[in-house]
Amino acid sequence: MSSVTVIAEIDEQGTIRKNALEAISASQAISPSCTVVVCGNNPTSAAEDVAKVSGVERVIAIQGPAFSSYDSATWAQAIDAATPEGSFIAASTPLSVDLCARLALRRDLPVVQDATAIVGGPSLTISRPLLAGKVIETSEASIPCVVSIRSNIWSAADGGGSAEVSVISHDVQASVVVQEAIDRATARLDVTEADVVISGGRGMGSPENFSHLERLADLMGAAVGASRAAVDTWDPIPHSMQVGQTGKTVNPSLYIAVGISGAIQHLAGMRSSKYIVAINKDADAPIFKIADYGIVGSWEDVLPVFEAQIGHILG
Amino acid sequence: MTVIAVLIKQVPDTTATINVQDGNVDESSIGKWSMSPYDEYALEAALTHAESCGGEVIAITMGPARADKMLKDAAAVGVKRLIRLWDDSAADFDANATAKALSSMIKDVGATVVYAGKASSDSNMGTTGPGVAELLGWNCVSHVSSYSLDEEHIDAVRIGLFGLEKVRSNLPVVVTCDKGLPELRRPNVKGIMMAKKASIETSTLQEHSVRVRRIKSELPAVKPAGKMFDGAESANDVVRLLREEAKVI
Repeated sequence: MSSVTVIAEIDEQGTIRKNALEAISASQAISPSCTVVVCGNNPTSAAEDVAKVSGVERVIAIQGPAFSSYDSATWAQAIDAATPEGSFIAASTPLSVDLCARLALRRDLPVVQDATAIVGGPSLTISRPLLAGKVIETSEASIPCVVSIRSNIWSAADGGGSAEVSVISHDVQASVVVQEAIDRATARLDVTEADVVISGGRGMGSPENFSHLERLADLMGAAVGASRAAVDTWDPIPHSMQVGQTGKTVNPSLYIAVGISGAIQHLAGMRSSKYIVAINKDADAPIFKIADYGIVGSWEDVLPVFEAQIGHILG
Repeated sequence: MTVIAVLIKQVPDTTATINVQDGNVDESSIGKWSMSPYDEYALEAALTHAESCGGEVIAITMGPARADKMLKDAAAVGVKRLIRLWDDSAADFDANATAKALSSMIKDVGATVVYAGKASSDSNMGTTGPGVAELLGWNCVSHVSSYSLDEEHIDAVRIGLFGLEKVRSNLPVVVTCDKGLPELRRPNVKGIMMAKKASIETSTLQEHSVRVRRIKSELPAVKPAGKMFDGAESANDVVRLLREEAKVI
């Protein structure tokens, strides 16, 4: 049985990210049990938490000042040195896509990024969307290999494990040094991690009107996104909110598009959402072609009713 | 003089309709090919680098003869040297083989800075930039939206672990570009005339082992048509359906 290591990321509070638990589930296509590696300035409590996840056989925590920020060269070297031979699975976040690329070339293993399905066997059969989701490609990769997976596809692995945790102190300097934080991630959820995403387009009329989306998002535990048109038009709407071809790809259970016409480059980032609701006053807007539920009406009229009904159900 | 390499790729335009035949994307039916969107930012970054610190920009692509048009587009905005890597084996290259071929060309031209898009819009792997950095033993600063530099360092704004941050790296370095703030330059008439005369160096590839093999491409399952509603009050029905039918709230 080939061995597999899951690269787990932690959030700013030092907690294991949900997509790491999804990667543990995905790793079972290669082997029923995995090693988990977690890097950080103080990764011990995250390591102890992930040790309780079922299917986890061993946890390696790599600790050191260089791991409080991201430097793919330093991280890849440390992970390569600390982990057993075999495959790697990680979430397809900006950080882990870099790490997967480096580890694959470092160990000369085949690599596939942003997988949406993996079937095990003597080799892995891996599917992933190509060409902005217009095509699904299936390929075969020999094992061992390196695979990153798209978030929100695999279910998160549950508790029920009791793995051994080893801590490796690594007193190395990062070669890419952080000078200043510019836009610390806000308390608000990132669109790629959220199970519900509410996005606004230029139809919102002004950036101030995004406060209506934020209020609904707070009610639903959702993240707020934006179309490229909104990001390009209004400075207060940052690129980190952009969903689409030159922004983020999201895959939530529910995507609510408000005042978004549905340009092809926006659809590229959200068409794989499980359910899509579109609210637009233009009945011919292309977004309605991929919406499961379309409401023709101005957001000013529709959102208050929507919000009140959500509040009624969830309240 | 600093040699600045920019890695660019020709991809089906975002607006192009994609057809699949017998498990393969039908390339002959693709109406328009373009430079991958993030690579346009990489090209802009490479040209700005050369303008502010001096240096020669070399555009390198891996692609068949159709990619010459994209290289000419790069020439039209100021790239002086154009290199295209290709032979019949390259169509089946996996990400590792591609990174190996590009990194050996980067070594050959003596580049000390490499700009690339953070991912290509067709294969969406994001492996080339950091993969090339690993093979060259260089730093890689990824998802960069703006930067400044001097002879020895680059200061870049990138997506870090917990949000945007400014980082410093020594050269040599690979920089992968995210969507950035500056407007992309457009070719002027003189540039277009110059590009017509630009020559493209072609190079064949060494054999590399390929271990990710494509089995098939297919169109995604077509969603059944959704339910349409009219007017604000219908939001009540939609919320109820989200709960009872879709079961997502």
